[in-house]
Amino acid sequence: MDTSQQSRINPLFNFPIDLRSLIDEIPLGIIVLNMDRRIMLLNRAFESLTGFSQEEATGVPCYHILRSKMCIKGCPALNMQQESKPVCMESDLINRDRNLIPVRINLALLKDPDRKVVGFLETVEDMRPIIKLDSQKSHAYSFAHLIGRSPQMEKIFQILPVFAQSDSSILITGETGTGKDLAAEAIHQASNRAKGPFVKVNCGALPETLLESELFGHRKGAFTGAVENKPGRFRLAHNGTLYLTEIGDLPLSLQVKLLTFLDDQMVYPLGGTKGFQANVRIIAATHRNLEQMVQTERFREDLLFRLNVVRIHLPPLRERQGDTRLLLDHFLNSLTSRFRKKIKGFSNKALEILRGYQYPGNVRELRNISEYAVNVCQEEKIQPHHLPAYLVEMKPMIKEQVSPLIQAGLDEYTLPGTEQTWGAMERKLILDALLKTGGRRSKTADLLGWGRSTLWRKMKQYEIDQ
Amino acid sequence: MVHNTKKILIPLHGNDVAPRFDLATEVMITVRDKNIAHGEEKIVVLSQASAEKLCHLILTEEIDVVICSGVEEEYYQYLTWKKVQVIDSVIGSWESVLKHFYEGTLRAGDILFDKEG
Repeated sequence: MDTSQQSRINPLFNFPIDLRSLIDEIPLGIIVLNMDRRIMLLNRAFESLTGFSQEEATGVPCYHILRSKMCIKGCPALNMQQESKPVCMESDLINRDRNLIPVRINLALLKDPDRKVVGFLETVEDMRPIIKLDSQKSHAYSFAHLIGRSPQMEKIFQILPVFAQSDSSILITGETGTGKDLAAEAIHQASNRAKGPFVKVNCGALPETLLESELFGHRKGAFTGAVENKPGRFRLAHNGTLYLTEIGDLPLSLQVKLLTFLDDQMVYPLGGTKGFQANVRIIAATHRNLEQMVQTERFREDLLFRLNVVRIHLPPLRERQGDTRLLLDHFLNSLTSRFRKKIKGFSNKALEILRGYQYPGNVRELRNISEYAVNVCQEEKIQPHHLPAYLVEMKPMIKEQVSPLIQAGLDEYTLPGTEQTWGAMERKLILDALLKTGGRRSKTADLLGWGRSTLWRKMKQYEIDQ
Repeated sequence: MVHNTKKILIPLHGNDVAPRFDLATEVMITVRDKNIAHGEEKIVVLSQASAEKLCHLILTEEIDVVICSGVEEEYYQYLTWKKVQVIDSVIGSWESVLKHFYEGTLRAGDILFDKEG
């Protein structure tokens, strides 16, 4: 076949031009096939992709040259009719260098002036750069919904998939708002248990008796009000992951039960005699210092050792260099599209304030500040007066980076050299807040930033209500 | 010319060498003893297309030579390491490929195809 004579285009210019040199400049693999699906013409990009030259490939059925999965599993050209639309498929090919290359193949009919099908035009796109970009995008700055580009976070993004693949218990530590819940869910989603359930239990949210029934379930008649069998969260999480958040708040009696489960994977519901073998992976999280709690005998040492198989510490935002700006931009983008605002960014002054702030509430607080600012702002750029007042009026943070209320407490009651525990501090905090609100509990809870049930529980814990 | 006993395997796609080693669902196995064909070509239908299973078959059948088309580097290297000669990127019908192999003229990358169809 004399391709040099055939591959000429006449109508474009006053003189014929070479079709081959025209398609050679297109950076996409192109082949022209006849009705028997034999190769008639190909371009340079196709040559470099597959390793076959025009001379070698001409006249050979395309599946021998393209060697894509699509060719073997069912060539779409076989089913194309005169009126068929172009077909686009993702597949892979093995080239002469023995590389398996992911490709996107587009197949269209070639017709003569009488609309009669005379052949096929196939384009083959190398998907490697796109896949590489995608993987960079998903690994460099984020893992699931966790975002960051600081060295500390990058280290976590690299190690999380490895931890996810193991089936070990995981303990996630970090201050409030650092993304412990997101990390736990991301680990579950990246693990082999992803198709199983992800059950979350907040150990600090329920009173002890309720929590036991919630976690381990109960049999009908086990106690007054137990009118039917309840499976419990462990059973619900069978073949999946059980995420115990605020594990530091788990009462001691339940810590023993959890310990038993971690030893033999058996769940005994309240009032039941038969146990249930639950295949559950435990992920626990806390913002508390468990080692310190072990020392004060508020957390069992043996449970800590069992949970502490794999430990992930999420750094506070103030230690994540460069992440504040990244997160501000990220939340601004997502919130402006959610609230349909036309805000383009932060003004320099607002940025200065936001960068100078220490974020004791970490990413959650940063997100809330962004949401407040986006709601308030009616201009193109967020100005300092669009930010919450406490940010603009704040004094530079001193000593420990703690919440303003606790800081006020610290200022008022200096504790030189005393060994005052967190519990005592918290008790004092609640009492102060109650004094300020005249004893109104809902207002006290608001002031402290807690739910009413949390306040109630803590008041009971510190015996304030007696 | 091939002078000693060789057990040859060719992954098939119809009458041709299969374009892909990993996607072949049948293979042809033959033995050539001191340049005399036994004339017994055995076609083995595989339960599923899999490069790993095909490699396993090649080793259990004690194949000496694999003639194929597209094969991934990983499997090429594995078979070579296991002392199996692999002649890859060969295009053509299995008869013509075998003929060239027996004549000692078959090389990796050969296209032995009637281009006029």
